[in-house]
Amino acid sequence: MKRTAFAAVSALAFMASNVAVAEPQAEVLHWWTSGGEAKSVAVLQEEFAANGGTWTDMPVAGGGGDAAMTALRARVLSGNAPTAVQLKGPAIQEWYEEGVLADISSVAEANGWADVLPESIANHMKCEGTWCAAPVNVHRIDWIWANADVLEANGITMPTSWDEFNAAAEKLQAAGVIPLAHGGQAWQDATVFEAVALGILGPDGFKKAFVDLDPETLTSDGMVAVFDQMRKMRGYVDDNFSGRDWNLATAMVMNGEAAFQIMGDWAKGEFLAAGKKPGEDFLCQSTPGDGFLYNVDSFAMFNVDGDDKKAGQDLLAELIVGQNFQKVFNLNKGSIPARVDVALDEFDSCAHTSSEDMNASSANGSLLPSYAHGMALRGAQAGAITDVVTAHFNSDMSSADAVQMLADAVANSM
Amino acid sequence: MTELAHPPAQKSGAFGKVVLRWVLYILLCLFALYYLMPLFVMVTTSLKSLEEIRTGSLVALPREVTFDAWKTAWSGACTGIQCEGLRPYFWNSVLLAVPAVAISTFIGALNGYVVAQWRFAGANIIFSLMLFGCFIPFQVVLLPMARLLGLMGIAGTIPGLIFVHVIYGIGFTTLFFRNYYVSIPSELTKAAKVDGAGFFRIFWSIFLPLSLPIIVVTVIWQFTQIWNDFLFGVSFSQAGTQPVTVALNNIVNSTTGVKEYNVDMAAAIIAAAPTLLVYIVAGKYFIRGLTAGSVKG
Amino acid sequence: MTKWLETHLPKMVLAPSFIAVLVFVYGFIAWTAWVSLTRSRLLPKYEIDGFIQYDRLFASPRWDTAMNNLFIFGALFIIIAMVMGLLLAILLDQKIRTEGVIRTIYLYPMALSMIVTGTAWKWILNPGLGIEATVKSWGFESFTFDWLVNPDFAIYTVVIAAVWQSSGFVMALFLAGLRSVDDEIIKAAQVDGIPTWRIYSAIIIPSMGPIFMSAFIVLAHLAIKSFDLVIALTGGGPGYATDLPATYMYAMAFSRGDIGQAASSAMIMMLVVFAIVVPYLYSELRAKND
Repeated sequence: MKRTAFAAVSALAFMASNVAVAEPQAEVLHWWTSGGEAKSVAVLQEEFAANGGTWTDMPVAGGGGDAAMTALRARVLSGNAPTAVQLKGPAIQEWYEEGVLADISSVAEANGWADVLPESIANHMKCEGTWCAAPVNVHRIDWIWANADVLEANGITMPTSWDEFNAAAEKLQAAGVIPLAHGGQAWQDATVFEAVALGILGPDGFKKAFVDLDPETLTSDGMVAVFDQMRKMRGYVDDNFSGRDWNLATAMVMNGEAAFQIMGDWAKGEFLAAGKKPGEDFLCQSTPGDGFLYNVDSFAMFNVDGDDKKAGQDLLAELIVGQNFQKVFNLNKGSIPARVDVALDEFDSCAHTSSEDMNASSANGSLLPSYAHGMALRGAQAGAITDVVTAHFNSDMSSADAVQMLADAVANSM
Repeated sequence: MTELAHPPAQKSGAFGKVVLRWVLYILLCLFALYYLMPLFVMVTTSLKSLEEIRTGSLVALPREVTFDAWKTAWSGACTGIQCEGLRPYFWNSVLLAVPAVAISTFIGALNGYVVAQWRFAGANIIFSLMLFGCFIPFQVVLLPMARLLGLMGIAGTIPGLIFVHVIYGIGFTTLFFRNYYVSIPSELTKAAKVDGAGFFRIFWSIFLPLSLPIIVVTVIWQFTQIWNDFLFGVSFSQAGTQPVTVALNNIVNSTTGVKEYNVDMAAAIIAAAPTLLVYIVAGKYFIRGLTAGSVKG
Repeated sequence: MTKWLETHLPKMVLAPSFIAVLVFVYGFIAWTAWVSLTRSRLLPKYEIDGFIQYDRLFASPRWDTAMNNLFIFGALFIIIAMVMGLLLAILLDQKIRTEGVIRTIYLYPMALSMIVTGTAWKWILNPGLGIEATVKSWGFESFTFDWLVNPDFAIYTVVIAAVWQSSGFVMALFLAGLRSVDDEIIKAAQVDGIPTWRIYSAIIIPSMGPIFMSAFIVLAHLAIKSFDLVIALTGGGPGYATDLPATYMYAMAFSRGDIGQAASSAMIMMLVVFAIVVPYLYSELRAKND
């Protein structure tokens, strides 16, 4: 495995200071089990092993981490917590409040995490001022993917406003192309919903609605407009969308059955796996409107006994935020590095767009957490919103009813 | 076809019987189609290449048969950072299922023997309480069970998983054996007691030898339940003790990875192979065991 | 001493199982009842806070859907699986030559885990991929079978897949019952010239009462625990149209970190089970105590 000289030196230095204490051990609970993802984590394991650590793998896939969280609860209650766990968003702080997370501030400060991470992302990694998690990547959620040939054949350019999108969709529909490839699973409905909400409410409105849960914004006219647009989106989807896996929707875009898909940047992996080229065969652009919705995967360290395990946690945290892992992992995964000082030479054009937009959004305060992917809210509130979004999308509920139901559901989830 | 061998006197009747016979077979075949449909989809998909799945119809016959997916599922699919397929997890499931089935069957036999043949005041209430236990949704018991396993020091181990499966198997195994033993005349026990045989002696030399059919039924039922269990397997295991259903789930259920449906389907069939085999080999005894009285109540 | 041992031995043999059931079933139900009165979120807490979780539960439209679905799904699943099981058993009881093969075909779904057969069913029932598309390709353009994607009918597709999985087992139960009816009675009836369907409806089926009960218990237990099936087939959708109490509880406890809410839904589920099982046990065991 190639590694940069910088990473090698820092790793060696770390090893020298550490090896005398105990041999690092880590049992790692995560839900990255499929080909590309698994290869990405394997990079971390190799680096961990190269630094003298022993990695015990504890993968549990399913439901975007639901099954892993089930296992985690059982493990914590039985007093047998894993060393490191893939955790993200406010769940990190929730677990911290249960008093089960370890403090990794010493590693974070020694490696200057505060200087290399965007502030809003760094805040997710902190619990009451101490560092309690290590970020792996930044997935952008508000992407719109398109089949280049289909757009060209129908004389359409990538939409920059929702009106443009609607006009394009109607043109496509008239031409017999499915405008929007979509899979009717609750989390996918929520993904489209938040992209629409960000576009229509704007970054400030989005933040008020889905971070602060401001009741006025939740019942505002803007929110009604969001549901109106969702009703339109429903019309742009084919009849068989229910329960479809997201990758099958991506396949529809690839083979020209459908024109657009709104999905996080893991969809890029599907295109690339099928040998498609960004900019030529498929196009990527942020969904209409300002802002940047991020989904940051991270690892939290749990309280464990034993110097070897604690040494393992420190080493793991250091390696996760290290230059080399951030680069290699994200090349495999389709996302971009969480730290801003990684050279992006080997990344594709979509990743470059993502990175530039992230830096710009970070500067003007429109870098926002994804609610649909568990970054903005705690599980109970996010789930309550998703219930309403998916109930509205899959029925003929009016937007006014949906907005009322949204406010009720959020209140009931507290 | 003994029914067709009736006296030739009733010619029209015989013709009607032939027609009926045909209707019967057609009906049976139609139902067989319904049952085989998902298996057909799974097998054909597992024999296709990923390219063909991506481009063709999901429920068509493969244009080109390839066994690559089967090989990958068994020994190459990624279930985490290890890409060794289902193979390493198979052994965990065997280590778990065999003792759990044996112990819960044995306990069920003893309990059923007591409840059916050594009635004492309150025995029926105890039996009802046990039976009600069959109905508890397993999601309910996960968290308190985790705590207790931790206190007992067997959290995350195979003995821990065996323990959980035995506990929640008691209800059904006791029900099966009790219903079977209830049909054995109690005079048998009485006569044996007069001859001086004790509690265990009667069990070992009279009841157990009579029990083969119901043992088969119980073993099939328990083996299916335990082998296919995912919820307990995922909650009460740790790295190194995960059963094959957890590995199957890891292959099949990744959220943001590229989905390989052919490998998924092959893996599902491989993971189910032991239970399928049990049904095919022991199916005959299954019906016989049930016939022998387990369901007569 | 041996005399004492002899009289108490049966109780002592039963005792460990009884204690285990008391702790691991009834103890845990009590634990759940306690937690359902608290504000537990990510992990269980033990400070009682009244019936707030039940208020939240009954205010949730999703829970209403889940309970409705349980009744629709449970009733249809149990009735269809029983009728089909009985029908198949009678058909198979007609001295079929290939009985062994056909019986295995009917029985095998029980051996498969739903984690993946769910995907196969999803494709078969999907209008664009499965049955509807196939029949259309045969030239029947107007044929539609879109229950899976229709929120009002999706729950029936769950019934179809559930019946597929369990009816073979019910068939086995009934087949065993048919085989254990006294041959002499049937022969006597045949000699008297009673038609076959009358022999079944008037003699054989009425004698299988206990089997109906056993089948009912097995099916009711499967209906209430149905979980994998829904997750794999519809994921609870479209929307949450096919949510069941078991999936609701799981979502609350493990993906939403709302354990108090999950506990209250579990208690309501246990009440439903209680209402169904206790009358059965009562009648069943009273009949035995002759």
